[in-house]
Amino acid sequence: MHSEPQTSAAGMPAAAAGPELPSQPLSLAGRTRRGERVILGLLWLCAAVSIFTTVGIVLVLFVDASDFFRDVSIWKFFTDTAWRPFGGVEQGRFGVLPLVNGTLLVTAIAMMVAVPLGLGSAIYLSEYAAPRARRVLKPVLELLAGVPTVVLGYFALTFMTPVLRAIFGTSTVQIFNAASAGIVMGIMIVPTIASLSEDALSAVPQGLRESAYGLGGTKRQVAIRVVTPAALSGIVAAVILGMGRAIGETMIVAIAAGNLPKLTANPFDQIQTMTAYIVQAVGGEAARGSLTYESIFAVGALLFLMTFALNVLAQRFVRRYREVY
Amino acid sequence: MAVSTPRRTVHDTLAGLERGRRRKLKERAFATVLFTLTAVAILVLALLVVDIVLDGFTRINVDFLTRYASRTAENTGIRAGLTGTLSLMVLTALVAFPVGVGAAIYLEEFAPDNRFTRLMEANISNLAGVPSVVYGLLGVAVFVYALNLGRSLLAGALTLALLILPVIIVAGRESIRAVPLAIRDGGLALGATPWQVSYRQILPSALPGMLTGTILALSRAIGETAPILVVGAVFSRRADNEPWYFMEAFAALPVQIYNFVSRPQEGFKIDAASAGILVLMAVLLIMNSAAIVARNRFSRRY
Amino acid sequence: MDSAQSQAVRQRPVLDVPVDSRALAHHTAAEHSKLASDLVFDVRDVTVRYGVHPAIRNVSLQIYRHEITALIGPSGCGKSTFIRCFNRMNDLIPSATVEGTITYHGQDLYAKGVDPVEVRRRIGMVFQKPNPFPKSVRENILFGPKVNGMEVDADEVVERSLRRAALWDEVRNKLNDSAYSLSGGQQQRLCIARAIAIDPDVILMDEPASALDPISTGRIEDLMRELQERYTIVIVTHNMQQAARVSDRTAFFTTEVEDEASDFRSGKLVEYDFTEKIFKNPSDRRTEDYVTGRFG
Repeated sequence: MHSEPQTSAAGMPAAAAGPELPSQPLSLAGRTRRGERVILGLLWLCAAVSIFTTVGIVLVLFVDASDFFRDVSIWKFFTDTAWRPFGGVEQGRFGVLPLVNGTLLVTAIAMMVAVPLGLGSAIYLSEYAAPRARRVLKPVLELLAGVPTVVLGYFALTFMTPVLRAIFGTSTVQIFNAASAGIVMGIMIVPTIASLSEDALSAVPQGLRESAYGLGGTKRQVAIRVVTPAALSGIVAAVILGMGRAIGETMIVAIAAGNLPKLTANPFDQIQTMTAYIVQAVGGEAARGSLTYESIFAVGALLFLMTFALNVLAQRFVRRYREVY
Repeated sequence: MAVSTPRRTVHDTLAGLERGRRRKLKERAFATVLFTLTAVAILVLALLVVDIVLDGFTRINVDFLTRYASRTAENTGIRAGLTGTLSLMVLTALVAFPVGVGAAIYLEEFAPDNRFTRLMEANISNLAGVPSVVYGLLGVAVFVYALNLGRSLLAGALTLALLILPVIIVAGRESIRAVPLAIRDGGLALGATPWQVSYRQILPSALPGMLTGTILALSRAIGETAPILVVGAVFSRRADNEPWYFMEAFAALPVQIYNFVSRPQEGFKIDAASAGILVLMAVLLIMNSAAIVARNRFSRRY
Repeated sequence: MDSAQSQAVRQRPVLDVPVDSRALAHHTAAEHSKLASDLVFDVRDVTVRYGVHPAIRNVSLQIYRHEITALIGPSGCGKSTFIRCFNRMNDLIPSATVEGTITYHGQDLYAKGVDPVEVRRRIGMVFQKPNPFPKSVRENILFGPKVNGMEVDADEVVERSLRRAALWDEVRNKLNDSAYSLSGGQQQRLCIARAIAIDPDVILMDEPASALDPISTGRIEDLMRELQERYTIVIVTHNMQQAARVSDRTAFFTTEVEDEASDFRSGKLVEYDFTEKIFKNPSDRRTEDYVTGRFG
């Protein structure tokens, strides 16, 4: 059996040429292409940078986090209900729950906004919109994804918050609050959910729609009862990815949600998310090696684990919907 | 077996029609709801743009662009931030473009089909989901401290380069895949080595797509605040940032906007911040237009 | 092309010296008419598989210098797969494996140490659809010499290659125009010129005229006759008239049901002989059915 990969042939010595060869001398052995080997090595290195990045992230987060956990027990980290990281080992309290609470509260608000808007847009674009409307609406929706988050933070603080305070009263709604940040964050992830869900909806075979129409289904029934369920795993993946973005989003919450770690379910309270803490603590020039500095990496590691888990979950759903068709 | 079918009366038929009418109403209501949901996000976008333009338009003037930051809102400017952002853009592109293109060529043209390659591919799609603030932490630990670059422009640019690398790789692979296989076969059949085919035929054809992808990725990078904030971009700097002084401390536009908006005084929080945002958005708009031009200008037909 | 020249080309050597007496028993009659030194490719028992399924099975044949050998047969019979074995283009398909031996001037093409790049430099190929590079006519011609490190007079190579491909007169004033501005037939002749520019020993043509109109096809066929003086040509075609018009020898492939249950088919060489014999007096009934149009 003579199949061999192309790359192995380069630079090997010639097999002895038979004596019955015709006039022209013949060598099919490869030229030594050392330059190309070097180039190939460089290209490999470029591709490997992404691996180094991941390894770097994991190492960096977990090495510094493990230093942190030498001083603060993991048990305390996950059970203590107060986060006061600037007092050192003695005065400080290092319970991450208030930060996680803040993150989840904002994320929940964001999802309440983003799921109906994103899913509605997706169904509209995939099932209802005329091709021309679709050609216009889709890129406009995607523009939203290109708005820098610092801009959205500004919008949350200087537009959304005053609106909320006008509606619910200034005594109810604090200047920094989870609701305002969450709503704007929800708007931010609409394009993510809409475009991925739309892909999933559009991937549903036309035959399925036609057979449903053939049974007397209306457009709405076909969209809700046939197409959406068929695309469900793709839609779930889109929602999970959107959630991952919400959890990792930093500037909107750093600007509009405040810097007060707090265990609360009140959307109008000031809170602090994990990401906002990282920005706040780093900005405070926490000395390298101090407990505060290490705590940033502990929070970062937890954040990374959460988003990573969501990513893996989403990919599993994506794979499922690819398998169906 | 005989089944007795009740005879359809006129009344039944009309009832059916009635139901049809109600159903039509429901249908239309549903379509309207969907359209409204789609419109909400777009309306918010419009609202945001209008709000920012109204807030910031009058604050923009030459002084705002050419002055360094000041303690008073009336005299403050974004010169350091703007030059910093432009320098970041240049340095980030210099790092991310070659590496991203190299990786894309490797993965499309040379990577053997083995576990390591699949690991790389899975890894790239996972990296896209890592929050940008985490890249900032990587930048602090590796570039600022381990490589001892300090809180410098270069550390910021390298961090942003890693952040957008997955995007560039994905765009690069797509544009390589768009080059017809026949071109590749044609080159190889002439005795070109795979690298010669990649370099002389595939790369030139794929370049416009790669450029477009890179510009779009860069426009994402320069809008990013969290990673460079974590790496240590400063707000107030009384000097220009030039790409060749890459070991200096640096300011960047989004970081300045963040600082403005975090202050209590309206002059900073509203006026200066929104003016800064307008400048940032203008830069992004220019970049996106450049991406479109790059795509149209160099696009080839096959 | 005038008929006198055509006659000259068609003349065959009179002397019969068997290449390999050991192989005499199972070789076709055709090869007795050639000198050993004229043997370019000797294919022995070649099977090509994609994954586990064979695309063609147990093919043996010999290809001689300065002849045009046509590979014909119904679609799916593996003739394109087969022709790609000669310059190792099948290497590019990860799942493809080649069993058996193909020697090229006595040297095993698939031996360890043989560089497919060197193989392709000597054995040029023209594809089914014209595939010029998205560059100028001139750059298309010069790509091969450049990547092969040949030190040549660029203008001379361009002119000579285009002349040999019978394209010079049509494009001499458009050398710097995009190759895509040429017509389909011109593009295909440009691809032939491009292959000639590196002065190969063999030119493989995989249905070179299937995407072209009859006039362009005629041009390409004339061209093949001219090129035959310098090069050995192997051509895949599903156009029997074309094979009858241009080739010296013809190999007829067909498909065979490999596995009754799955109806999986693989290609097989039925008959290989002088073209005249294949078309006038084939020894196999399947060949006869095919060339007379009763099949496929």
